[in-house]
Amino acid sequence: MKISFPIIGNSYIAFKQLINDLGHEPIVAPMPTARTMSLGTKYSPEFACIPFKILLGTYLEAIEMGAEVIVTSGGHGPCRAGYYGILQQKIIEDLGHDTKIIIFDSFAKTYKDFISKLSWLLKTGKKSWWQLYQAFKPAWMKLKALDEIEIYSHHVRPYEINSGETTKAYRKCLEIMDEPVSKQQIREAKEVCLEMLKEIPQDSSRNPLKIGVIGEIYVLIEPFANLDLQATLGEMGVYSERSMNLFHWLTENTKMSHHEKAIIESAQPYLRQKIGGHGINSIGETVMYAQQDFDGVIQLAPFSCIPEIVAKGILPQVSHDHGIPVMTIFLDEMMGKAGMQTRLEAFVDLLQQKRDLKFA
Amino acid sequence: MAHLKIGFPRALFYYLYYPFWYTFFTELGCQVVISQPTNQYNLNLGVAEAVNDACLPIKLYHGHVAELKEKVDVMFMPRMVKVRKMETEVFCPKFLGLPDMVRNSVADLPQIIDEKIDLSKGRYPLWHVCKNVAEGIEQKGFTVRRAYQKAQKCQVKFNNYLTMGIEAQAAIDAAIAGQNPLQPQKYETDCNLAILGYPYLIYDTFVNAGLFERLGRMGIKPWTVEMVPPDRLEAQAKYLPKSLFWHFSNRTMRATFYYLHEQRVDGIIHLTAFGCGPDAMVDKLMELEAKHTGRMPFLTLSLDEQTGEAGIYTRIEAFVDMLRYRRKNHENIFSHHR
Repeated sequence: MKISFPIIGNSYIAFKQLINDLGHEPIVAPMPTARTMSLGTKYSPEFACIPFKILLGTYLEAIEMGAEVIVTSGGHGPCRAGYYGILQQKIIEDLGHDTKIIIFDSFAKTYKDFISKLSWLLKTGKKSWWQLYQAFKPAWMKLKALDEIEIYSHHVRPYEINSGETTKAYRKCLEIMDEPVSKQQIREAKEVCLEMLKEIPQDSSRNPLKIGVIGEIYVLIEPFANLDLQATLGEMGVYSERSMNLFHWLTENTKMSHHEKAIIESAQPYLRQKIGGHGINSIGETVMYAQQDFDGVIQLAPFSCIPEIVAKGILPQVSHDHGIPVMTIFLDEMMGKAGMQTRLEAFVDLLQQKRDLKFA
Repeated sequence: MAHLKIGFPRALFYYLYYPFWYTFFTELGCQVVISQPTNQYNLNLGVAEAVNDACLPIKLYHGHVAELKEKVDVMFMPRMVKVRKMETEVFCPKFLGLPDMVRNSVADLPQIIDEKIDLSKGRYPLWHVCKNVAEGIEQKGFTVRRAYQKAQKCQVKFNNYLTMGIEAQAAIDAAIAGQNPLQPQKYETDCNLAILGYPYLIYDTFVNAGLFERLGRMGIKPWTVEMVPPDRLEAQAKYLPKSLFWHFSNRTMRATFYYLHEQRVDGIIHLTAFGCGPDAMVDKLMELEAKHTGRMPFLTLSLDEQTGEAGIYTRIEAFVDMLRYRRKNHENIFSHHR
């Protein structure tokens, strides 16, 4: 069966392998482009957030490529993302396609449903549960390796001597990571990639500004949605750290790590209630970046994202109390690269001045 | 602590839960002070105080709080989380973070009661909430118990008035005064429209520019979410594969199904606020359902702080003209009048 899935960052490389190993034909929708966006925007509700629109666009492009089934994650609110799948299914049906969206909700809350969907996938792919386990491990490893490589590229970029070299190398890394299948091969490929990034000529005497990037998970991870914010910052000579990666998010949601506890505790003085999405995380992470002596924080959020609007309303107070500048960027389909660049430059200039004053 | 002045902003959940809290606080010997009905003054205050990306109702809430803050000793801003025994149904995230948003945006606030209202767990959850609220203003014992019981009675009466089709403000006045509600003015009507949306848009006559009165004069009988009998409303849940996550959205969606399947209305108007998060989902669902269930005429009216009266009525008039035109040409379409 031809199966497609949402595009988020570089994770498609791992999902592609998983679906292939489960005996299905993976359909990787093209990386989002202006066409994806206009397709998505055309059929989405006007005030849906930008992840909804991009995802709907990629689904429609995957359907053009013949996808019969789309596998995606669900949720239990109050963030709207938990309802994406259902509404997107209705929209796709309304457009006259018979592609089905299979939504995996939280295992803990709907385990029967979860297992029945999974076993359906296995049955149609003629695979056993043991084979699923076998297929899952390398895919999981790949996902982790991809995250590590990306994070490392953001470490290197502000130090690169020839602007743009890291981005070029990173692209090559993604190609390399697409090849390996077994765990051993993935391990080796990862080493090759990290080595390649390490070898980029760097000027280690620089002391770049440090910016924490927080906000809604999809626009944080998907470079198309945030207009490649981290690479742009890196090429301006700014070190940036992102609060969330797909792998971390998955381990957090499967209760394999408990990093989130500290974040939520940090947010307590300002926000005492989980408000869905990553609203409370945005508050807590800002506090934590301030404690780690970052120079500033950039909040990224889709236009009309409810939890991030609440967070934005509270962040000025956090910024004031902890003395850390915060800039919020709401992203929508009208956002242009130049506008973003100008705002980043202005913000970085201010941070630089603030730092110079501190050491003067 | 006699005659403590408790501030209650006339916005958001005011339109559904005020009679309860009014009775409760009054029975405890407090004086409840509410803000003025929404007007340009507190709208401007709200726009100035609230975060710019918030929707109109949230801005209004900030405005009402700002208007009240100097007139009261305690501000009552409960954190509305869940009002029913359902695991995934909560209020919109903006409601969940509301006390924190207000606290961090509006300066010089008096003491705040931001008791979390989560009625999903335990026995008599509302009683526990009331007990905590009363403790916050140093009240306990039998008076609290009695106030709680009286408040519940008042709320039940109020809910009945709403189901009868009395407008929220008139129903509130009647319920807390213990009188029979004034009957709304009767108009000659030939057309039934479901006016669906959240209570703080439907019943705020400033925001929607006196919609109900105007509809009446245009010969339209409006039907609201609150006018659906509560048990019938619940029964509509089966039509969605998965319940929405937001309390008011579920109510609106279920009312949509009710009116679509009962076929008592000639069209549906969805009243929404510009930039409302949940409504982005609800509106599209309503549109698709209306289209697939008997091609019910459907209009979305989006309100924001710039909305002018003329804009709203031009659109409604055009919509109603189309309905009447359609009826003239296809007599059979419109046959379900009460």
